[in-house]
Formats: sequence, structure tokens, C-alpha cells
Amino acid sequence: MSVAVEADQAFLDAIRRIADEAAAPNADSVDREARFPVEAVDALRAERALSALIPTELGGGGISFEAVAQACFELGRRCGASAMVFAMHQIQVATIVRHLDGSDWFEGYLRSVADEQRLIASVTSEVGTGGDMARSIAAVEPNGDGLGRFEKQAPTVSYGHHADDLLTTLRRSPDAEPGDQVCVLTSRDQHALEPTGTWDPLGMRGTCSPGNVVRAEFPLEQVLSAPFAQQMNESMVPISHVLWSQLWLGIATDAFDRARAFVRAAAKRTPGETPPSAIRLSELMSELSLLRAEVATGLRDFCDVPEDDRARLSEMKTILRFNNLKIAASEQAPRVCQKAMAVCGIVGFKNDTPFSVGRHLRDTMSACLMVANERIHKTDATLLLIAKDV
Amino acid sequence: MSSEIRKIIAEHAHLSVDVDSLADDANLYQAGMTSHASVNLMLALEDAFDIEFPDSMLTRSVFESVAAIEAALTQLQAAAA
Ligand SMILES: Cc1cc2nc3c(=O)[nH]c(=O)nc-3n(C[C@H](O)[C@H](O)[C@H](O)COP(=O)(O)OP(=O)(O)OC[C@H]3O[C@@H](n4cnc5c(N)ncnc54)[C@H](O)[C@@H]3O)c2cc1C
Repeated sequence: MSVAVEADQAFLDAIRRIADEAAAPNADSVDREARFPVEAVDALRAERALSALIPTELGGGGISFEAVAQACFELGRRCGASAMVFAMHQIQVATIVRHLDGSDWFEGYLRSVADEQRLIASVTSEVGTGGDMARSIAAVEPNGDGLGRFEKQAPTVSYGHHADDLLTTLRRSPDAEPGDQVCVLTSRDQHALEPTGTWDPLGMRGTCSPGNVVRAEFPLEQVLSAPFAQQMNESMVPISHVLWSQLWLGIATDAFDRARAFVRAAAKRTPGETPPSAIRLSELMSELSLLRAEVATGLRDFCDVPEDDRARLSEMKTILRFNNLKIAASEQAPRVCQKAMAVCGIVGFKNDTPFSVGRHLRDTMSACLMVANERIHKTDATLLLIAKDV
Repeated sequence: MSSEIRKIIAEHAHLSVDVDSLADDANLYQAGMTSHASVNLMLALEDAFDIEFPDSMLTRSVFESVAAIEAALTQLQAAAA
């Protein structure tokens, strides 16, 4: 077995242990109290999982993207919020790793993420542009002495108050067009978050994502200089869609497992007879298999793009492909959870049984608005006018 | 060809400035062209030059300036000839 394969396996063994021992036992309290999944995140830090995607030359784990995607799935099976925090952090890390363009500052920064297991949150959406990541209102304003500053009205900042650093999208300068954006990395001592509301949502409660006014002052070397449009098309969007879909599949898979346990328990009570719920379980499995197929091909299609041909990810047919992964998975995951509830009946609906799937259903219901599917459909509708062999 | 391209840009790209004030290599996205407008520009170019952009050319960078568009069209016309 190669060193890389062994490293991936050791990483995934550790993730499964964290999922079982740190995420699962706290999933209900994280959900009920809408609190940050501190146990799971501490355990991930202890295993150095926050630097999994950072190359070993920079002190990271050098773990493959496939293994990190699988980790999102495994965590999702035990606690959707823990998996989402993990996934969002990995999206920020991957974006920096893939677009640092030889920047000394960002290389040093990645070393500190590995050394200190720093957690990165993201501020991409904005009051006024909503989920349209490709436009910003707030801008990098020069502040003299090689410094910049910004103030951004952020409607949703997941675990912002628990993160060490923020990756924020902004217009490149005060006179730049809305689509002329850059990403800025700021650390806790350079930014301040002023909450503009509370966080008492239907699902994904442990992501702790209230609105905030974000203000920061920072040296300009902390601006990732490549145009954000490129980072977005080649990394942030496809990677978000691949990792989110993995964790939504994880949540749906646990809902299915709970329904299966329910049917098995019913079968034991009436030996020799197939319980009526068994047929519905079989129907549920075929719904789950559709989700599995799309999520698995999505990951494979992403991994099939060679590192040295990343520009392919900004071709329209590829953008359509990963947008469709997001739309399909975000619609199918809550469908699976709802059907799992129908299998379990009232004990699935109740929040305190081994067959409860309410949290699963609520968590996956966030998927279609985590960048609104209507918005993605509108983009796709335009791309379909010109793309050829989709 | 450049003047024809500029005429189509003026009609379809919805820039925030006059296209004639831009150099051939000026970035159209930085001049305010949105992704949505860029697709309309592509459709208009296909129509005007009677060509089809293959998928491999349908990326942001191919349409980012007058010069880049001209290079793409020249390449397609050479391939067709
Ligand atoms: C659990 C969770 C965590 C999140 N964490 C973060 C985070 O850490 N950082 C961050 O930056 N963001 C985060 N977000 C925000 C998310 O990514 C979206 O940006 C945000 O939910 C969009 O807000 P919106 O629905 O109000 O806005 P919009 O996208 O403006 O949508 C509002 C409504 O308008 C409709 N709509 C919008 N555009 C169109 C269109 N073109 N055509 C038709 N209908 C349209 C939508 O369907 C929707 O009903 C998070 C969201 C969730 C659910």
C-alpha cells in the first residue's frame, strides 16, 4: 500500500472514530441548544484534520480530496452540523491551497493553519446580493501604509464567532464593478463581528450562523490576488457542491439506517411475517440509491479533472454539471429523510427515540436554500442557451 | 474584425463605460460585463460571424477582452477554412 493510501486510511479511521465518539453523542444537544459542536471540532483539531488538505510540504496532512469528501459523508451520518462546519472549513482551505499563486504570505498562513489547527469561516453572501456569490457591494478600501479595511453586511456567517479566521469576498477597490472581486483572509485580531440578529433556525442549528456586520483592517498582502471569479469557478463552487452533497448524503443515509432498524425491530416482533413498513423501506432504498449515484458521480467527475487542467472547471458544461449536483442532492436528501419518517411513523416524528429522523429532515431542508436553487436554475438557464454538449 | 466585435459588445455586454474608451486588451468583466451579459454576447457573436463556439471555448477568459474574442474567432475561422 502506498504512503498516500495509508495516510488516507488512517485519516478516515480517525474521522469515523470522531464521528462515533464525539459527534454522535452530542448531535441532539447541539441541535436542541443551537450550540457549536465544540466536542467534534476539538477532536478534529486533535487529529490535525483541519489541515488535511494542506500539502505535507506546508505541514499539512496531504490527504486526498476523495478522502476528505468521504469524511464529510461519515460526519454527516452522525451530526449534520459538525459535518457542515468541517466541510465549510475545508472549502476555504482548498480554495487557498489551489489559488495562493506563490504568495509567501499565504504559504506562511497555511503553515499556521496546520501548526495551530486554525478554523476558517466564510463571508461570501451579503445583504443586497443574497446568495449571488459573484457580486459584492462591500469593497477593499485602501487605508494607507499598505493596509486595507472593509465593512460588510453579512446575512449568514456560520461559526463566525468560533473561527480563528474569516475568508471574505469583496470588490477589489472602491471603484471596482460588483463582479470584480477578491478574497481577503483576516484573523480574529484583525476583524470584529457585530451580530445583527439571533440564530434560531429550523435546521443546521449547530452551525451557529447569525447575521453580522464584519469590519476589518489588514495588510494588503492578505488579499488573494487571483480574480475571485476564477477561484469561484475552479474551486469554491464545485468543491462546495461536492462536499455539501456528500454530507447531505450522510444525513440521508443515517435516516435510512434508522428506518431500517425500525423495520427490523418490527419484523422481530412478528416472526414469519413481513411487516407492512418493509415495502416502504424498499421504496426508500431506491430513492436513496438515486442520491448515492448522483453524489458519487459528482465526486468522480470532479476528481477526474487533472490538477494541471483546472481551467476545464470554468467551462460552461462543467459549471452546469456541478450546479446540477447541488440541485439534485439538495432536493433528494430531504425527500429521503421525509420518506424515512413515513417508514418509522410516530417514533420517527418524535425527537427522543432511536428512530427519530426529525433532525435529519430539518437539517437537509437547509440544502435547497444554501444558495437558493432558484438562483442556480436561473444561472443554468442562461448557460444552457450557449453550452453545446452538456 | 475588431470594430465589428466592438459593435456587438456595445449592444450586448452592458458595460458601465463606452467600449470605445477601452483598449483591445482591457478586461470586459472589470468594465461591468456580468456572466449573464457575456452569454448574450456569445450568442450574438455566433450569429454575426456564423460560427459555433465549442464547449472548450465557452469559458470566462475567452471573452474577457476584445483581443481575446478576436483571437478565438480567428482560430475558429481558420479551422473552418
Ligand atoms: C445553514 C446555512 C449556513 C450558511 N452559512 C453561510 C456562511 O457561513 N457564509 C455565507 O456567506 N453564507 C452562508 N449561508 C448563506 C447562503 O449561502 C445564502 O447566501 C443565503 O442563504 C441566501 O440568502 P437568501 O435566501 O435570503 O437570499 P437570495 O439568494 O437572495 O434568495 C431569496 C429568495 O429569492 C429567490 N431568488 C433569488 N434569486 C433568484 C433568481 N435569480 N431567480 C429566482 N428566484 C430567486 C430565492 O429562491 C429565495 O426564495 C448559509 C446558509 C445556510 C442555510
